[in-house]
Amino acid sequence: MIAYTASEMMVVTASRALRNDHVCFVGIGAPSAACNLARLTHAPDIALIYESGTIGVRPDILPLSIGDGELADTAIVTVSVPEMFQYWLQGGRIDIGFLGAAQLDRFGNINTTVIGHYDRPKVRLPGAGGAPEIATHCREVYLIIEHSPRAFVEEVDFVTTLGFGPTGAERSALGIETKGPTLVVTDLALLRPEQGSNELIVTSLHPGVTREEVMEKTGWPIRFAPEPGETPSPTETELDVLRGLQERTAAAHQKEG
Amino acid sequence: MASFMSLRDAIAHAVEDGHSVALEGFTHLIPFAAGHEIIRQGRSGLTLIRMTPDLIYDQMIGMGCARKLVFSWGGNPGVGSLHRLRDAVERDWPHSLEMEEHSHAGMAAAWAAGAAGMPIALLRGYLGTGLPRVNENIRFLKDPFTDEELAAIPSLQPEVGIIHAQRADRAGNVLLEGIVGIQKEVVLASRFSVVTVEEIVDNLEAPSLNSVILPGWTIDVIVEAPGGAKPSYAHRYYDRDNAFYLAWDEISRDRERFLDWMAENVIGAGSA
Repeated sequence: MIAYTASEMMVVTASRALRNDHVCFVGIGAPSAACNLARLTHAPDIALIYESGTIGVRPDILPLSIGDGELADTAIVTVSVPEMFQYWLQGGRIDIGFLGAAQLDRFGNINTTVIGHYDRPKVRLPGAGGAPEIATHCREVYLIIEHSPRAFVEEVDFVTTLGFGPTGAERSALGIETKGPTLVVTDLALLRPEQGSNELIVTSLHPGVTREEVMEKTGWPIRFAPEPGETPSPTETELDVLRGLQERTAAAHQKEG
Repeated sequence: MASFMSLRDAIAHAVEDGHSVALEGFTHLIPFAAGHEIIRQGRSGLTLIRMTPDLIYDQMIGMGCARKLVFSWGGNPGVGSLHRLRDAVERDWPHSLEMEEHSHAGMAAAWAAGAAGMPIALLRGYLGTGLPRVNENIRFLKDPFTDEELAAIPSLQPEVGIIHAQRADRAGNVLLEGIVGIQKEVVLASRFSVVTVEEIVDNLEAPSLNSVILPGWTIDVIVEAPGGAKPSYAHRYYDRDNAFYLAWDEISRDRERFLDWMAENVIGAGSA
């Protein structure tokens, strides 16, 4: 077996959640790596969409921003941003929204707005971007976040993007019919919402990861499925493709325009 | 019919202290040259509108041009924070900054509504988020036909809208291609519009019958500003300078280093 990092394990595992027939709205960063890894391995026909209006992209390198030229150059079509959000996202044409987050609570609510109080934040984060409507209009949401007590918190400082709501019941009470966050991939484990309560519980541990480690790195008393599975390790092919993609990307991003 | 002006004259003519101004371009075709001219002319008290403030508003905020920011995602794309924006919000430097914060779906709808001459935009949005609690311009109203609660926000119709495009012909017709973002909506929604272009040509050579073209009579002023979107990009003219976006993280982190960089590269560079 070849050696791999926890971060590679996370991206490879996230990529495996995607199917060849999915239409997927891609967030920048780790989601973008996972989605393109899926496209370059088991899901060659997956339709990847970025919020810049680029539909059906096939980039050879990972874009640094959601609007790099590489995306328009390889897209089936590039539409305007109002059309993207109104016809494609709000129109209900997207299966999976793949997002990252700064803070997440046990009901999958996301904060990317502020750490601390809104009016005088300790840290001003970038804000909402496309996430609030991606999370309510895509049929399901997958999240990819590194496990740490700073990220997995008892209570988010601001609900930028709705998961299941503060008590897990608000999403359906608001009449939202899409499923919400059905999968959270971290560098340690897979979490899924528990039937009924919608609380995120650990359903699979990555190879070599202990329950104690997950508990230490989660800011709430995290619960486990009765028999959590073990996540399969990355294959040599998956690691080769991911590393190639990341090497090409790093080289390209150092070039001046 | 659009007038052709120098960048200095266009900004002096269009932008006054206290105006609401949008310099748009969704990652692509960001009008940096126009933003830099606003900084050089020392405009202040502006309400700056942009979905993604990007480096250009980080620079304008750090140089004291802005009183208020209307936006939906304020980071350095793929890199991290906008440090000058953060310094203004977290520590009031160089002074305090009022914020009106939306989602992309909300701002995109507000631009489309502005272009359509509507007072408000409606969308199925902001559900369950904290944004309506901190932004009184996000409200909800009932669809009179189905009783569904929909989000309503004011349309965007700023005093001045500025975009960058690939080229204009001598009649002032402007061609945009690649990621066209909300540029067309911004020109149609704004009371006064300025378009900077890479070049002015005899023939637009539109690549398709359905190319994105703004007729000259929808635009007030056109400025030839080659390289005017750098360090963002102009598709088929030059690539995004991703190395500079990465470098900006360090340049902008420190107030003195930021001011030195601006003095050398923007103030000292002079008007085009």
